[in-house]
Amino acid sequence: MNDLMPCGKQATMTSTKSALIQRLDNEIKNMSPLAKQILQLISLCAYILLASANCHAADVLAPNQVLHRGNGSEPQSLDPHKSEGVPSANIQKDLYEGLVCESPSGELVPGVASSWSVDKKGMRYLFTLRKDAKWSNGDPVTADDFVYSWRRIVDPKTGSYYAQTLAPVLNAEDIIKGTKKVTSLGIRAIGKYQLEVKLKGPTPYFIGLLTHSSTYPVHKASVEKHGNRFARVGNLIGNGAFVLKEWSIQSHILLERNPHYWDNKNTKLDKVYYYPIEDQSSELKRYRAGEIDIVEGIPISQMPWLRKNLKQDLRLTPYLGIYYFGYNVTQPPFKDNKKLRQALSMVIDRKVLTEKILRTGELPAYSWVPPNVANYQQVEYEWKAWPMSRRIKYAKELIKQAGYGKGKPLSVEIRYNTSENHKKIAIVVASMWKKHLGVKTKLHNEEWKVFLANRKTKKHTQVFRSGWIADYNDAFSFAELLHSNHGVNDSGYSNPEYDALLAQSAKEADIEKRRKLLQQAEKILLNDYPVIPIYYYMSKHLVKPYVGGYEDNTMDHHYSKHLYIKAH
Amino acid sequence: MLEYFFRRLLGAIPTIFIIILVSFFLIRLAPGGPFDFDKTLAPEIQANLNTKFHLDEPVYVQFGYYLKDILQGDFGPSFQYKNYTVTELIAQGFPVSVQLGLSAMALALLLGSAAGILAAYRQNSKFDYGVMTISMLGISVPNFVMAPILILIFAIVFSFLPAGGWNDGAFQNRILPIVTLALPQIAYIARISRGSMIEVLRSPFIRTAFSKGLPTFYILTRHALKPTLLPVISYMGPAIAGIITGSVVVEQIYGIPGLGRYFVQGALNRDYTLVMGVVVFYGVFIILLNLIVDLLYGWLDPQIRLQARKT
Repeated sequence: MNDLMPCGKQATMTSTKSALIQRLDNEIKNMSPLAKQILQLISLCAYILLASANCHAADVLAPNQVLHRGNGSEPQSLDPHKSEGVPSANIQKDLYEGLVCESPSGELVPGVASSWSVDKKGMRYLFTLRKDAKWSNGDPVTADDFVYSWRRIVDPKTGSYYAQTLAPVLNAEDIIKGTKKVTSLGIRAIGKYQLEVKLKGPTPYFIGLLTHSSTYPVHKASVEKHGNRFARVGNLIGNGAFVLKEWSIQSHILLERNPHYWDNKNTKLDKVYYYPIEDQSSELKRYRAGEIDIVEGIPISQMPWLRKNLKQDLRLTPYLGIYYFGYNVTQPPFKDNKKLRQALSMVIDRKVLTEKILRTGELPAYSWVPPNVANYQQVEYEWKAWPMSRRIKYAKELIKQAGYGKGKPLSVEIRYNTSENHKKIAIVVASMWKKHLGVKTKLHNEEWKVFLANRKTKKHTQVFRSGWIADYNDAFSFAELLHSNHGVNDSGYSNPEYDALLAQSAKEADIEKRRKLLQQAEKILLNDYPVIPIYYYMSKHLVKPYVGGYEDNTMDHHYSKHLYIKAH
Repeated sequence: MLEYFFRRLLGAIPTIFIIILVSFFLIRLAPGGPFDFDKTLAPEIQANLNTKFHLDEPVYVQFGYYLKDILQGDFGPSFQYKNYTVTELIAQGFPVSVQLGLSAMALALLLGSAAGILAAYRQNSKFDYGVMTISMLGISVPNFVMAPILILIFAIVFSFLPAGGWNDGAFQNRILPIVTLALPQIAYIARISRGSMIEVLRSPFIRTAFSKGLPTFYILTRHALKPTLLPVISYMGPAIAGIITGSVVVEQIYGIPGLGRYFVQGALNRDYTLVMGVVVFYGVFIILLNLIVDLLYGWLDPQIRLQARKT
């Protein structure tokens, strides 16, 4: 509560600021020179004070700064190195802080590192840590903490799901494989507050990578003391703007302001509640009953109602993710039959899917990398601009050449994980194939883990649903998925030319040249048709009008330290 | 009585063993494992995790490890909720499920048997028809329909009860879930006790009581109640087990941190240890509950007590 009231007062003053200054000016005119100077000084001070008040000028803070956030499912763990999934990451963003942080709009800003520099080759980074960064028990956050933490992530003994995040760091991949010692990781503390990181190749997205929760530091002493139980109430020592106060599994997690946080004076919330609510319609009901301020997911079926009744609360923002269908190119009928793959992709009217089925503002996808990716410009299918009739005509010709037609109709199977939305999309795609190309489609839904296992083995699948959300804002996050060695390449796509271009891009320090290489690669990929891009994801939330500091951003990251409750 | 109790307890051991055996292999038969995500782990990390949880060994060896642990009362660590052991998760979730289930059952017993007995006493009256119609409705409306309706009315339209959440078990957070769980049970119990009461009221000893000129209330409570409740009690055993173990939907809708949610989430996440832990725990719980009901039954009905002694 310490600086809330002053901040609120300053904010109210702003509205009467112009009137005040005008009156002051009038008074000043009738005063002695000395008094004038003093008054000018005072008004200058007042002005600086007003300008530095970091909440939005028009907002008056509510006396009770408590935020209630819906958070999907129960977090796996609050250990940033041992968890997977958005619910865990959301809370970890509040409990810990990496070298780099994000502004409310998603721009990269200094975190624990106050500044950094990179050499010309883009392979050696030098971070200067801020001296006032502290753990929640008052210990200083030092360069050694990062060395310890990063070694912990890549150590195969830790079993971190996200060890690969640090793959660009020198020797990281060998350490993960167990062929090199953990101490050989390309990170070194120079004194207490300087950190040197060596990379294996120029990685323009490296700084962005450091906002990922798996790169956050952990408090060495408490990890060593409590082991697996360090990320629990009473044991967890973090360096973020909040500390863990209560963890009632499947009920709520309560965070409280961390008075030791270096930027604590700008934290406005005193308490943040996270609720695990898997059922989206339950979440919506609790939002409507006023128990939750931010909704994590919206039931699509409620969209028309929401547009009508809660329009001002609805936050739909494009974010870096793609929904697509993959072909299994290792099995017939799609093996070695590019024309067939192209024909099926061309006749899907993505606009119908996004505007008639989804109706939540998604953009139709005609490329592999979504729009708005940093340092990149999309490469799209040429036929995107063609009218549907021309696309269909062209596709009919293609499927004939591919060896299918009236005498030999194609039958395929679309496999998807059980969900109403996936089903709807699969049905519409199947009907388009049937209508335009006479293709018979069988729909096959499976429970998530069964689906994953089948997709991975590449034996039973023909066409399968998939999606990808970028871990970092760079085209490579998408490009690497279809590298022939990548674990998520469930299409089984393999093109040496494509792989070579990716490898080349990883060595290229010049951003412009690198962009061209990645675009070239995407062009090859698109023309090989191993996947059918369908639409780019949108993040969908409901945010109460009295929640301040919330800005839409393409990564869909919303740190609680930026948020506050307006008087309402 | 004590001998009977221990004999039944011993008899439960093979049952529990079969439960463990079947569920252990069944969950492992399901495709996909606890560490399969849409992202893939580095093979070395996957291997390390498998070693840590003995997943790299043959299934029968894994079963051996599991039996050994479980005999020592250790359900193992949860695969999914890494900071907790399965025992801790059960210890947190079970009391919540029990409190909700027992409260709902108590409410159901009170309202259900009262309504049923009165309906039987005034058989074929308007009250009787009313109770039976409403109870039919209570039985046929599933709780995933009832819960949202109750939330809509009491939390959103009139907003005097929370729409969900547990809030450390605050009274107002319990009302809607308890009512949702109790409604179908009230209906069942009302129907059972009505039927039973009608039968009891026709029996000679009640007729005798009436002919003696005893007051109606006295006859109903002192003479008719006990035999009337017999079928209700035998229903209550499995019903309590069912309401405690089967409140998954209600827990999900109201966001209640009970044990039922772990069942579903554990199975979906292939959290082998968690699913196993919950299954074994529930198994033991249901067996114990049935035993208690049988003992209670003996106390209520002298005929059964006699038979139990004879066998």
